[in-house]
Amino acid sequence: MIPLSWPLLLSAVVFVIGLVGVLVRRNALVIFMSIELMLNAGNLAFVAFARQMNSLDGQVFVFFVMTVAAAEVAIGLAIIVNLFRLRESVFVDEINLLRG
Amino acid sequence: MTLTLFAVFAAVLVVSSLSVILQKNPVASALFLVLSFCSLAGIYLVLQAEFIGMVQIIVYAGAIMVLFLFVIMYLNLGRDVETGMQILVRRGIGWAIGAVLLAEGAIVIGRHAAAGPASSPAPGIGNAQALGVLLYSRYLFPFEITSIVLLVAMVGAVVIARGRAGPAARRGSARAAAPARGPEAVAPPASTPPGAAAPGPDGPGRTGTGAR
Repeated sequence: MIPLSWPLLLSAVVFVIGLVGVLVRRNALVIFMSIELMLNAGNLAFVAFARQMNSLDGQVFVFFVMTVAAAEVAIGLAIIVNLFRLRESVFVDEINLLRG
Repeated sequence: MTLTLFAVFAAVLVVSSLSVILQKNPVASALFLVLSFCSLAGIYLVLQAEFIGMVQIIVYAGAIMVLFLFVIMYLNLGRDVETGMQILVRRGIGWAIGAVLLAEGAIVIGRHAAAGPASSPAPGIGNAQALGVLLYSRYLFPFEITSIVLLVAMVGAVVIARGRAGPAARRGSARAAAPARGPEAVAPPASTPPGAAAPGPDGPGRTGTGAR
């Protein structure tokens, strides 16, 4: 049996990797991928606790998180495509105006 | 056995996640992200969440990553150029914050180390079936709200990605129409007849769609 601490620690590691990716990279697409990594780290913690508590509610939450992540990716990628069309760039430090 | 599997999947997950943020090429990042999602699905299987593991592969590695790769290739992005003092400073700050946060989490988790679950789940009913029963009974309302979220996201993505017919879009069409006035060799693809190729910067309709 796997102790609860292992998946939790793994989840923390993956979350921190995603956080560092958001802070370090300037390509908006890679920042998006890092956000996906953080969402998955949260999912992993949910699944670990669901197994620890012997209940399925955590897995239901993972299901909802996945749905929201899919919606977020669709909208976010549409925004990035639109930004690229306007500014010819996906680097977040070159995109500093609300006015297009 | 499960411990070994968990360790292997965890190692693959950490290495591929690190590669996602360290690769310079966005396509390589996306492919490493697929690998990390697949190893995460393996971890879900080890943790006895079979349905979630399968959905992870289908939704994340299948649908979401296809969307990512499509956008990367649609935008035709090259390697990221990340040089200069500012980038170095930002990188140092980012890794420092990450290290501090990770140390904090490790301390908290290590202090409250817990053993594994006392009992294994009762056999007889499959994970997917049990999850479905739960989704359609106690979580019925959130489940229905989920469909509205997906509908709104779908409509929103179409509306946003279609762009707008404002001055910015006209500027874009002017940029796209500029090479069309050159010699015949650089004329745009066959869908545009040569005669109708250059209706000018504020030409409506045809050039606008061509710019997209």
